[in-house]
Amino acid sequence: MNPTLAGFLYLVAAVAFILGIKRLASPATARSGNQFASAGMLLAVVVTLVDRQIVGYGAITAGMVVGAGIGAYLARSVEMTAMPQLVAAFNGFGGGSSALVALAELTNGTGLASRTLVTIAISIFIGSLTLAGSFIAFGKLQGIIDGRSITTPGQRILDPVFAVAALAAAVAIVVSDATYTGWILAAFAAVLGVTRTLPIGGADMPVVISFLNSASGVAAAAAGFVIESNALIISGALVGASGLILTNIMVKAMNRTLGAVLFSAFGASADISLGADSEDRVARRGSPEDVAVTLAFAKRVVIVPGYGLAVAQAQHTIRELATLLEGRGVEVRYAIHPVAGRMPGHMNVLLAEADVPYDLLFDLEDINPDFPSTDVSLVVGANDVVNPLARTDSTSPIYGMPILDVDRSNLVVVVKRSLSPGYAGIDNPLFYEDNTLMLFADAKKGLSEVVSAVKEL
Amino acid sequence: MAALLIPITVFLLAAFVGFELITKVPPTLHTPLMSGANAISGITIVGAILAAGTSSGTLATVLGFVAVVFATINVVGGFLVTDRMLEMFKRDDR
Repeated sequence: MNPTLAGFLYLVAAVAFILGIKRLASPATARSGNQFASAGMLLAVVVTLVDRQIVGYGAITAGMVVGAGIGAYLARSVEMTAMPQLVAAFNGFGGGSSALVALAELTNGTGLASRTLVTIAISIFIGSLTLAGSFIAFGKLQGIIDGRSITTPGQRILDPVFAVAALAAAVAIVVSDATYTGWILAAFAAVLGVTRTLPIGGADMPVVISFLNSASGVAAAAAGFVIESNALIISGALVGASGLILTNIMVKAMNRTLGAVLFSAFGASADISLGADSEDRVARRGSPEDVAVTLAFAKRVVIVPGYGLAVAQAQHTIRELATLLEGRGVEVRYAIHPVAGRMPGHMNVLLAEADVPYDLLFDLEDINPDFPSTDVSLVVGANDVVNPLARTDSTSPIYGMPILDVDRSNLVVVVKRSLSPGYAGIDNPLFYEDNTLMLFADAKKGLSEVVSAVKEL
Repeated sequence: MAALLIPITVFLLAAFVGFELITKVPPTLHTPLMSGANAISGITIVGAILAAGTSSGTLATVLGFVAVVFATINVVGGFLVTDRMLEMFKRDDR
């Protein structure tokens, strides 16, 4: 193919990616946006395949058949609750592919220009680190690896040593152009990916996934520098930017900094003291029937789902309850905290799967002003994201974290198994407020009982 | 290094476009955005195809083959799962 024509068609593909992301600005056009982007990808692949540089199609065909089979199987069979680990795994494959492309270039070429060698080194480093880090994240989210923070003695000394070794290998690539230097760099980058991800606790994984997503974009862009392809550079930059923005959103919503997540083992958080006077206070306990009455005779109800809801697989039950209430003329809306799920927007997907219309889901900034005029807030499987200490106690570790102000509504119903603190290990005074009713139950069982009770009213 | 200037320019401009577009994506679509963007980062498939199809040595061909497998998993899986999610998003029709 004429190189100019090929370059032009790659540009068309890159524009399709940009338009595809643009169409994600609304749920109504989002699906077509994703199809736009897939079409762009197909075009890029076809252009590459008919490019006259290709001498053998055997390895390509075999690779694509195997990859498409695995990818399609994973995409179709995954549970929506397992979406974070699937994205982590796909991310890892993307990063791994970038590193392998660079390694192949290094193996193949002799007398490569130094600028090509620099980008090869960058590509191998980021790609290999993304591959290893993503699969550790996958293992933690899937429960294969202990989700808590895993630290090893001597890490504070060894990690910088690994980093220096990786840097030395990168320099060796540029200076010597030798294939084995690439493998050494890949190995050290992979070790760093493992040792940097293991100490991060399960609850911080959304940040890690977003960050690695960004890294896989940068890896793709770096691979674009290696093979001098604008399509790769543009796509990589888009993905890098998206990952960074999402990382930033998650970090803010968790009241952390990116540095603290990546470089301190907070996920363990064992030494945070519980509220000293928690023994003296009494939480008001309600029966499913009590809850049914308060909900059924309310005008405005806001449901606050947390990850506990998804763990209990109670999405459909809450939807059933909402439909029943709407049938009785109750206005029902949902308030979604940015970290309600295990990745940005995860709870929205889980509720969409349960046929909850997306225009009933409201973000924190949009719903918070409405709590004072809400009759009942129904909190299911959420804890830290509704803890008023974030507003009132400047000594609390979650102070300043954006929360849903459910305590400002007339009545709060909390469906929770016990009074135990959430992942941050902090006592929640909301449970002991006068306007709070506790329904101690598993989310699914408790809500089912409420549903039956509403039906009998 | 002057030859790097053009690709760096392209990279920076694309990053700005990315920031502008992505800040307009509503939080409700952040998970599909992430998986869709992830699929787009599978564009390294282009590099993988070139590596697998132009390599002379066995090692380079094997590396290219594995790179194609990885990138295709990322691309096909990423776009399909994003479509599966977006299909579920429905308005309140009542």
